[in-house]
Amino acid sequence: MKRLFLLGLVLLATATTYAGGYRVSLQGQRGLAMGHTGVAVVNNAELAFFNPAGLVFLENKINVAVGASAVFSDVVWQNEEFGQTARTDSPVGTPFYAYFSYKLSEKFSVGLAAYTPYGSSVAWEKDWAGSHLVNDIELAAIYVQALASYKITDNLSVGGGPIYVNGSVNFNRNLNRTLTDLEGNRSNVTIDASGVSAWGWSAGAMWRPIDSLTIGVNYRSEILVEAEGGDADFENIPNSPLTPFSDTQFDATLPLPAELTIGASYQLNDQWLFAFDYNRTFWDVYDSLDVDWANPNIPDSNNPRNYKDASIYRFGLQYTANETFVLRAGYYFDESPVQSGYFAPETPRNDSNNFTGGLTVNVTDKVAIDASFLYSRFEEIEESYDYYTEPNPRTGASERVPFEGTYKSSAFVPGLGVTIKI
Amino acid sequence: MKNYFKYIAILALGVVSCEPELENAIEDGEIYSNGQADFSNYVAVGNSLTAGYADGALYITGQENSYPNILAQKFAVTQQTDGFTQPLMNDNAGGLLLGGNQILQNRFVLAVGANGQPRPARYSGAAPTTDITNKLSGSFNNMGVPGAKSYHLVAPGYGNVAGVPAGLANPFYARFASSDNATVLADALAQDPTFFTLWIGNNDVLGYATSGGTGEFQLGNTDFTSYGENDITDPTAFSMVYGQIAGALAQTADGVLLTIPDVTSAPYFTTVPNNALVLDAATAAQLTGYFQAVAGVFAGGLMAQGVPAEQAQALASQYAIQFNEGPNRFLIDVPMSQANPLGFRQMTENELLLLTIDQAALAGGYGSVQLTQEVGEVLAILQAGGSPTPEQAQILFGAVSGIDDKDALDSEELQFIGQATNLFNDAIKANAETLGLGLVDVNTTLGQLKGQGIPFDGGVITSDFVTGGAFSLDGIHLTPRGYAVIANEIIAEINATYGSNVPKANVGSYGTVTLSQDVQ
Repeated sequence: MKRLFLLGLVLLATATTYAGGYRVSLQGQRGLAMGHTGVAVVNNAELAFFNPAGLVFLENKINVAVGASAVFSDVVWQNEEFGQTARTDSPVGTPFYAYFSYKLSEKFSVGLAAYTPYGSSVAWEKDWAGSHLVNDIELAAIYVQALASYKITDNLSVGGGPIYVNGSVNFNRNLNRTLTDLEGNRSNVTIDASGVSAWGWSAGAMWRPIDSLTIGVNYRSEILVEAEGGDADFENIPNSPLTPFSDTQFDATLPLPAELTIGASYQLNDQWLFAFDYNRTFWDVYDSLDVDWANPNIPDSNNPRNYKDASIYRFGLQYTANETFVLRAGYYFDESPVQSGYFAPETPRNDSNNFTGGLTVNVTDKVAIDASFLYSRFEEIEESYDYYTEPNPRTGASERVPFEGTYKSSAFVPGLGVTIKI
Repeated sequence: MKNYFKYIAILALGVVSCEPELENAIEDGEIYSNGQADFSNYVAVGNSLTAGYADGALYITGQENSYPNILAQKFAVTQQTDGFTQPLMNDNAGGLLLGGNQILQNRFVLAVGANGQPRPARYSGAAPTTDITNKLSGSFNNMGVPGAKSYHLVAPGYGNVAGVPAGLANPFYARFASSDNATVLADALAQDPTFFTLWIGNNDVLGYATSGGTGEFQLGNTDFTSYGENDITDPTAFSMVYGQIAGALAQTADGVLLTIPDVTSAPYFTTVPNNALVLDAATAAQLTGYFQAVAGVFAGGLMAQGVPAEQAQALASQYAIQFNEGPNRFLIDVPMSQANPLGFRQMTENELLLLTIDQAALAGGYGSVQLTQEVGEVLAILQAGGSPTPEQAQILFGAVSGIDDKDALDSEELQFIGQATNLFNDAIKANAETLGLGLVDVNTTLGQLKGQGIPFDGGVITSDFVTGGAFSLDGIHLTPRGYAVIANEIIAEINATYGSNVPKANVGSYGTVTLSQDVQ
């Protein structure tokens, strides 16, 4: 009987999680305003992210672009079978970017970049119906990159550089659907790791066959953020040898997948510019999130994710009204990497249609203000996460207990930035 | 420049809808319906099972998971309701105080014993803080009173604190009775319920069962005041008082009546097997030999008194009990009679032992024979072909240690229980019919739990003690998960009877037993 109990309480089966499709495409207000295109747009220092090969095509010697966005993103969930509803009350995310490039010669530029392409911030009501999967999560990864951009010929350049990543995660969920202490407080665990570093790289090429047409390709490598010795804090654990939980350390690896972008832009005339980007994000690497506890008595937590590679199609246009104002608009279709049955509520993302807009106000010759907004429209979706398991009370065998419901997400992201050209 | 800003502002307004909204949102009240029922003021009437009693005590988290509270939460998504109040205890330790003195014990928790095995034990991590002299004010939708029998619901003074020490009043009801002279039924009716559930009658037979049948079956006696605590209520009297309660509640409200389960479906009666006397071959032979000796000596005694040999041997042969290697049924004490002059026999297949039986005593010969040295000496005399003195015969017979009446339900007691339960349930069903109310046959539900179990998303819920998930650690009352099963049965009945669409409870998200090592 004791054994059955241990199984029961401990196979905390489970669904840990860091995050689902946790790519955050907000790496430049000008690019974002045009559907987050930019692999083939020579505009400002945002190229440091979109395609470092293009930095050398910038006209000025010194180029700076900095900015930040405010992510207002929420999710509502309901389960009609049981009459349950829950909403996230997620904190406002604030991804940022800072790019700098310096032209050493007509053929050679160098640069520095800092940006946050991956992150997630989701907070459900504590102890909500899906709290055995996630109560709340904060995931952040800051990329810092040194760059070089070299013009091979007048119309062909390459660029790239090494990326240093500093990542952090804080994630809380209940240990299962029912375990509590004597007072009825749900037993839960918080895993926390910060200052986790990792390395990667990006490289791109840009070709301008004719003055009005630019073609670009950019690849950013996969980076595995390996948290080692993070803190695991178990709370409200009943005082009993039948539960093995106590504060410990954990190891876990979170992949930040590689991304390939190809695209083109076309300058129709002095006013109009069109851009198209295609992204392929290699999410396939995110197979399972496995948390390995330092305490050997606590069974490791394996959480299948089974993401698949996903594509994004981006369209943007830019209208230069006059010397002061430039207007932009865009659209992109973002395919979710999450497969049916793996829809975990820590980042419940399905396919989305995204509408963007924005403008630049050239305050002086050297300084411009860039504003953008993004509205993400998600369809309502009936989905489930089928890989949380509980031991059958009769046999002790692992039973999959799907967590199902109707989800609807929304995101509205205003952003502001500054471009400086000297 | 102004124009541009205006343009941006309009664009922004067009897309700002930060809060995601579902097309058919539960929150909009479009999915479910109350049908012909009105759940705006739901009142639950009953006993401990209605109060949310579990683990041998009443405590807050148990009350929060009472089936009426689960129902009320589901009702609230179908229509506007006035909320659901419960006379919550002061803590999660359970236990009750009267003027500072503890009168009821703390709850059970599951603790690991010295032998490494989990077992229920009384929680000692905190002293109880609920004093019944601290009266709660206001009215309560949950009128479940632990310990109440049918007729208690209409007994004035059942909630009078002054009557508690003498056993004339109920300590739980004393906390929230509207006055010393109030009745549970009147307090329920005073709330003008629009909907009710009534689950009463369990204790009219359960007290008898948990006492091992030490009370009386008051068949034909309709005078409740003459009943003892462990008696079975007269079914005719039950029918009358039940009709009075159900009829009064149904005057203005719709509702659901619940039958009472066969007590033998509870682990309190099914956990200790009656054949747990496991013997090796040598011990079995020894016991068989002993009982042959008993039969022989007894027959000899009868013949010495002039009883014809054939008759004497026929009467004595019942004591020549055969024991086999492996499991054997225990012996049970019965009243001495002409047919059974020595007053013991082996248990029959369907007879039951209670959860509270002393397991250590069972291991030490309780339920079989105390083979002392003295007994051995008598047996030796017999083996040598000698005949024992009357005193030696008494030593021989006295070694039998049959199980006491209080620790078992014998077949006659079980027959009384079954008969009463069936008659009570007939009365409940008749009331449901004549009053046009919903009926949930809990007896069937608990029968399923005892049998193949009831499937849920995490496996199967059964009535297995501790591990099955349905029954709490007292072996009689349910766990939150068990109460959720009952709530779902009631919801299904409401939906069928009143054309409602009330969502179910997700039983897998309700807990079972609570772990703690803070025990005596």
